[in-house]
Amino acid sequence: MPDQNGYSADEMMTIAAARKLRNGAVCFVGIGLPSAAANVARLTHAPDVVLIYESGPIATKPSVLPLSIGDGELSETAETVVSIPEMFSYWLQGGRIDVGFLGAAQIDRFANINTTVIGNYRKPKTRLPGAGGAPEIAASSKEVLITLRHNKRAFVQKLDFVTSGGYFNGGNSRELMGLPGRGPTAVITDLGILTPDIQTKELTLTSLHPGVSIQQVIEATGWPLRIAPDVGTTPPPSETELQVLRDLNARTARAHAGQA
Amino acid sequence: MYDVKLASILTLGEAIQEFVHDGATMALEGFTHLIPSAAGHEIIRQGRRNLTIIRMTPDLIYDQLIGAGCVSKLIFSWGGNPGVGSLHRLRDAVENDWPRPLELEENAHAGMAAAYAAGASNLPFGILRGYLGSDLPKYNQRIKFIECPFTGERLAAVPAIRPDVTIIHAQKADRKGNVLIWGVVGVQKEAVLAAQRSIVTVEEIVDKLDSPPNAVVLPSWVVSAVCEVKGGAFPSYAQGYYARNNAFYKSWDAISRERESFQAWIERYILGTKDFSEFRQSVGGAAANA
Repeated sequence: MPDQNGYSADEMMTIAAARKLRNGAVCFVGIGLPSAAANVARLTHAPDVVLIYESGPIATKPSVLPLSIGDGELSETAETVVSIPEMFSYWLQGGRIDVGFLGAAQIDRFANINTTVIGNYRKPKTRLPGAGGAPEIAASSKEVLITLRHNKRAFVQKLDFVTSGGYFNGGNSRELMGLPGRGPTAVITDLGILTPDIQTKELTLTSLHPGVSIQQVIEATGWPLRIAPDVGTTPPPSETELQVLRDLNARTARAHAGQA
Repeated sequence: MYDVKLASILTLGEAIQEFVHDGATMALEGFTHLIPSAAGHEIIRQGRRNLTIIRMTPDLIYDQLIGAGCVSKLIFSWGGNPGVGSLHRLRDAVENDWPRPLELEENAHAGMAAAYAAGASNLPFGILRGYLGSDLPKYNQRIKFIECPFTGERLAAVPAIRPDVTIIHAQKADRKGNVLIWGVVGVQKEAVLAAQRSIVTVEEIVDKLDSPPNAVVLPSWVVSAVCEVKGGAFPSYAQGYYARNNAFYKSWDAISRERESFQAWIERYILGTKDFSEFRQSVGGAAANA
């Protein structure tokens, strides 16, 4: 729901995440929040972005957001559709992906992510869907963007399970592990934007969304959060950005209604 | 003398009876498109037990098979109700051993894709640049790491997937049993070629496929049985035939959340119907028109 600013925290998150995607980038898109952000980018500042979903569609231009990763809308509006083995072999491992755009259930200070299980693996408190394409998207994309809502259940001191690698223990540990891509370059939440420190790779708060205080972000983070000395303010959504996002959500809601 | 064995054109009931046995290792593939729902239902109707089920993206039909007690082991890489949330029957089996303990063999998509391709290639294992730094290999001992003999790079190795039987749904087949599939084709071709036996349900059987030379066609002689099951992918979709029924996926969340409501649904709509056509009539609405 829009707050007194005239837009919601979720809308700010999606728009801030969309802005991180450069025009012309080849982007491997995760379902959910990343898919919304990537399509807002395509419909605003990045008309030439190439969106790829792991189900096979390449250069897809959906008019509504897919509910599943393989909706018919994605293949009908794609330039080509490839098989799953081809997608992961030639396109992802082949080094054709500029940006992997991922969500997560849990994230730690070095941008490692968990989408597998909350609690003990053998006796989990919550069994999550699992890895899907994420470990190799996180490894092989030239860079990774991550978007998720900011709270202490998600931003944890220690992950219950490392599904996909960010910077592991920080410093040069990602390079030593042999992952080809450079790793996460930004984490966009409903409170602000975190980016890895150049040396330590620890996530650092570099931008606050309008109306959010540093204290709020600290309280929503499960580790002692580093704050950039020159922390900035995210520009609020423009009228165009908001309109594009709201139209997209409205089209999507209409398309996904219907009878069971 | 060579004697090419063409696919048999059977009813789905006959095909499951003949090719799916208790204790089988079985893949019902489909990557959100062309999910072989009718075949999943028929396996429940026929009461198969102790199955090992393989699928990259287990969704509603695997939730149904698990909740109905047909399954002892699941090999997978992403298990959820796409765009909706959890698979409650899968979670109940993992978290509470209901209705029976479920062994998990968990992977990532890239690993399963490589394992299916290895199976189709009759190779013992697949390789990928994968699982680096992930905790998955700690819990799945079948994921190993090898050194490239040429570059020294550390790569993951995964054993080939070789199902006893693979079942997929496709758009159409001709009367000889050649199968044509298009749109999001997932890993279905590899899953069929990796299996000892395969069943393909199709929207329709036609006189001529009229497919372009590079289309994904499974020749009749690599398929064991073809069954005509109109609407057989419901509630997923068949490109060119009907759309995904997103509303049903959303409604499954409530149906499957509690054991009682799930069991009542299985009793009424699966065990209480004689085949998929009757299931579609009994569910009504969009299912009947798919």
